[in-house]
Amino acid sequence: MAGIDRVEIRKLAKRYGSERALAGVTLDLAAGSMCALLGHNGAGKTTLLGIVSTLVRQTGGTVAYRSNGAEVTGAAVRREIGMLAHASLCYGELTARENLALIAGLYEVDGSAAALDGALDRVGLDRKAWDRAARTYSRGMLQRLALARALLTRPSLLLLDEPFTGLDRDGALSLGRQLGALRDAGAIVVVVTHDLEAIADRADHVAILRRGQLVFEERGAYTYEQLKDVYHRHAN
Amino acid sequence: MALLRHAARVAWKDLRIELRSREIVYTMAFFGGAVPGMLWVAIALAGTIGLGRAFDRERENDTMRALLLAPVPRLAVFLGKAIATTVLVLAVAVVCAPMLAWLLDAPLFAYPGPLVLVVVLGAVGIAVIGSVFAATLLKVRSRDVLLPVILYPLLVPLFVAGTSSTSAQVAEFPNLDAAWYWIEFLGIYDSAFLVLSVWVFESLVIE
Amino acid sequence: MKKLAVPLLAVLAAIGLAVSVYLVFYDAPLEYSRNAELQLNGSSLFFNQKIVYFHVGHAFWLFGAVFVSGLSSIAFLKTRNPRWDDIASASTDVAVAFGAVVLFTGSVWAKAAWDVWWKWEPRLTMSLLLWLILVGYVLVRRFAGPSADRIASGMAIFGMVVVPFVYVMVGEGNSHPQAAPGLNPSEGVVGKISPGMRPALWLSVASFLCWYVALLISRVQSTRAERELRELRERGFDLGVLS
Repeated sequence: MAGIDRVEIRKLAKRYGSERALAGVTLDLAAGSMCALLGHNGAGKTTLLGIVSTLVRQTGGTVAYRSNGAEVTGAAVRREIGMLAHASLCYGELTARENLALIAGLYEVDGSAAALDGALDRVGLDRKAWDRAARTYSRGMLQRLALARALLTRPSLLLLDEPFTGLDRDGALSLGRQLGALRDAGAIVVVVTHDLEAIADRADHVAILRRGQLVFEERGAYTYEQLKDVYHRHAN
Repeated sequence: MALLRHAARVAWKDLRIELRSREIVYTMAFFGGAVPGMLWVAIALAGTIGLGRAFDRERENDTMRALLLAPVPRLAVFLGKAIATTVLVLAVAVVCAPMLAWLLDAPLFAYPGPLVLVVVLGAVGIAVIGSVFAATLLKVRSRDVLLPVILYPLLVPLFVAGTSSTSAQVAEFPNLDAAWYWIEFLGIYDSAFLVLSVWVFESLVIE
Repeated sequence: MKKLAVPLLAVLAAIGLAVSVYLVFYDAPLEYSRNAELQLNGSSLFFNQKIVYFHVGHAFWLFGAVFVSGLSSIAFLKTRNPRWDDIASASTDVAVAFGAVVLFTGSVWAKAAWDVWWKWEPRLTMSLLLWLILVGYVLVRRFAGPSADRIASGMAIFGMVVVPFVYVMVGEGNSHPQAAPGLNPSEGVVGKISPGMRPALWLSVASFLCWYVALLISRVQSTRAERELRELRERGFDLGVLS
């Protein structure tokens, strides 16, 4: 399979009991684009990301994943998803290498020492830390490991939930650069974040949610100032 | 320092006497409904601890999300967690059972076959039902309170069957028919809940 | 028709209950126990025996409600349509109330028959266990946060499946001689009961069915109305009419 090149979100709705999280969101995500999903806490960003990542089930509407026009479903969708969140999604008791080996096994990708080391090298994780338990890592190191983990499976749909929190300015900007490179390589990148600086000049698609509804959507490049402006005009 | 030394001396004396007379153990045995009761109380405890260990770890860095995201059948995640929990519960039982038999001079191993079988079935049942609900409760704040509230009423038949079978085996006049009857009961109970869990696990863990 | 359902069922239940009370006290014969111990207590049992009719009526639909709740929960998990969850939740609420009546009447019976307020008698034990599961369900709904509906559904489904096991489990205890009292509040009542008692019993079972359905519908309606109100409020916020 060539990877997911299009995600069609149609009238997506989600209720938790009587609590409304999403109220009919329609959005298209295309290969080679980076969508910044913005909004206040509780606006529905994480829920939207959760549904797209198949870990939350909607109560209304549909999400279709397409690859060359054909619909992809089930485990094949999960195969293409790379997730990077505030939590590292890595086991603290395992070393960096062991964490990656586990993922390589579950995704049935090349788990050879060379492949794993290459992945760790690419994110710039200090070699001395590779065989140390991940719980001894600093926040920055952990986030590098998390990125290595997410990229190991060569995902075509990258979902990022507040990936910049806890990183220092350099770390955040470097992660932003890496995400930009992935987008240029043809991936669909979706970033949920409050850190407008880290995604400024990189995001080429901005969607703003407010109280479960899509209140602003536009494609194009944005500077930090422009992002701040549309955010304040629409998110409140 | 002298104070601590003397305190230790007093405590050690108490423990030594206790060990020699084994009285407290007998008292506990009495309240636990004798040997089978104690064994199953230990297994129930092991179940709670095992589930806690197996699932708290998945919460730490949100790794459960990583497992559920993997392109493997979600059933595999469920079975993996249930197997790990079963092994943890059995490990406790393996330590507990000989200790109980020795401390209480009970013929716990009079019929090793049925005993092993009933303990394994018990551990499997606890692990299967426990894994389903521990996984669903993973993100709920009051999970530590809610898990026992949900789990124990559902597990009562398992504990009653387990205790009954063990009692029948260690009784003065062992009743193997009764022991096997309850093992059969446990087997059906486990199978029913395994099928049910496999069927609903994915719908339950997906928010 | 829909609006009439609840009052109609309630009236039916009331009439049925009135008639069955008449039948219970003026028509149904008193069952004299075959058990010596009970005969000694006969005087206190004389009147208390009448409680059986209400005990059984509630116990019947306690189990009915548990199955309704379990099946609706399956439908909810598979479709995620909140209407199913409304039914499951309402049915469990009613089941908790019915279970409380079952336990209370059972306890009154135990006091009369054995002079204790509680006895680990099979059917009572079973009702208690089931009731604990139901109370757990209510607690989960109340305290499990945004995912409460999903977790509670799982509990209702597992609770439904555990019922037959509890039944077999207590049934086995029942076959021991010391646990076989002559006439139990619910032990095989329908089968063993003398023919003269049957009309009153069945009528009370039917009345409580009407009562259960009436409670269920009105509970579902109130939950639904609550949600509709919420949705209207949300629309008001969306349109800027409310703030």
